[in-house]
Amino acid sequence: MDKPIVRNEVSAFSSIRSFSSAVWAVVWKDLSAELRSRELISAMLVFALLVILIFNFALELDAKTRGTVTAGVLWVTFAFAGTLGLNRSMAMEKDRGCLDGLLLTPVDRSAIYFGKAIGNLFFMLLVEAIVLPVYSVLYSTNLFKPGLLLVILLGSIGYVAVGTLLSAMAVQTRTRDILLPILLFPLVVPVMIAAVKSSSAFLEGGAMADIWPWLNLLIVYDVIFTAVAFMVFDYVVEE
Amino acid sequence: MIQVRKLVKRFGLKTVLNGLNFQVGEGEFVALLGPNGAGKTTFLRILASLSRPSLGDLYVAGYRLPDQAAAVRRRLGVVSHLPLLYGDLTAEENLIFYARMYGMSSAGRRIQEVLELVGLAARRRDLVRTFSRGMQQRLAIGRAVLHDPDVMLFDEPHTGLDQDACIMLDTVLREVAARGRTVVMTSHDLARVAGLASRYDVLSRGKIAASVQSSEIEPDQLLAFYRRSLGS
Repeated sequence: MDKPIVRNEVSAFSSIRSFSSAVWAVVWKDLSAELRSRELISAMLVFALLVILIFNFALELDAKTRGTVTAGVLWVTFAFAGTLGLNRSMAMEKDRGCLDGLLLTPVDRSAIYFGKAIGNLFFMLLVEAIVLPVYSVLYSTNLFKPGLLLVILLGSIGYVAVGTLLSAMAVQTRTRDILLPILLFPLVVPVMIAAVKSSSAFLEGGAMADIWPWLNLLIVYDVIFTAVAFMVFDYVVEE
Repeated sequence: MIQVRKLVKRFGLKTVLNGLNFQVGEGEFVALLGPNGAGKTTFLRILASLSRPSLGDLYVAGYRLPDQAAAVRRRLGVVSHLPLLYGDLTAEENLIFYARMYGMSSAGRRIQEVLELVGLAARRRDLVRTFSRGMQQRLAIGRAVLHDPDVMLFDEPHTGLDQDACIMLDTVLREVAARGRTVVMTSHDLARVAGLASRYDVLSRGKIAASVQSSEIEPDQLLAFYRRSLGS
């Protein structure tokens, strides 16, 4: 057998422009599909609203106690609703073999990760944007504070960065629905603690000196886990 | 166009491909036959860079796998028994999405050509989930040829199709092959592949057990050849 000619090619897809084009193609695809089906958003939203409604009846609280539990109730709601969304988002890729379709394209596979993560973040923020005013009315609490909104954004980024990576891992297994929360929740404990502590501090009017360490933890977590996911996604999705 | 030497693939302790050698020239249409569990799909997934080989040398379109996987993927079209299409997007939107992923700029004209090739131009704005299995498979072929690949891999493309859909799929397959593309198709349905391929290879126990050119064998002798190759 003759030795084949090995070509060396300078890939146009290595450029930032091609990378971002692939990222936005995945985001566009996810948003377009969801706009039609509304499966993911409706499941997340109904679940989130039910959770805060149940808490509202379960916890008959005075105004002072309400302030202390708000952060916990909010983040429990976001975390569980987020898991539903992450599972559904990746299951959509797996069900018709679409994940293989994505992996067969000549793009850097981390572009697929970022596309999926941005889509997931969008859905999570959308649900949060609807949950916050409903919660404000039910619990007579003003949640529209810039500091709290910043914490919600940072916490959601960290949650989605890890969640998208783990959902790509879990979707390859038969027990994907139960595996994702088992893998995800231990890893997002630092995000949850930091998010609850800093949210609580913003709601109770705590000093910035007390809040900064938690915000720093959130920022560092977001950067580290986004970088880790960028590096390992290729191995996670390959057989 | 495809060269494979001493390919080994193991899943844990199980060896699925055991020193497989395989070669396909430019423009050839090879039918890879074998019983269920012979390793046909595993082999095609390795050629498609969806799975890593345990050992062996692989070259597709002049590029080495898995080191130059992105370059291989740019020259490869894959059709499996799953459509690899999004049900909540229209036929056209699915092709637009894949055109973007392949870095094709101003792909509108090419998408129109492909939809006409697979006979779905009139249904371009319909959601894929409303399509029959046969129509989805035709669109899947459209997706696979969209970026004009040199090499096409078909993994059991007739699975789940009714008779009419199979005949229509065969017509599309012939058109794809007639355009000079190199084609490798796996199947365990001998009647289906007889007359389509230019060469028949039989995969058994992780190796190519036998190979014959279609010019050297009559279609009605294919079953006997296949059984002889498997030693049954």
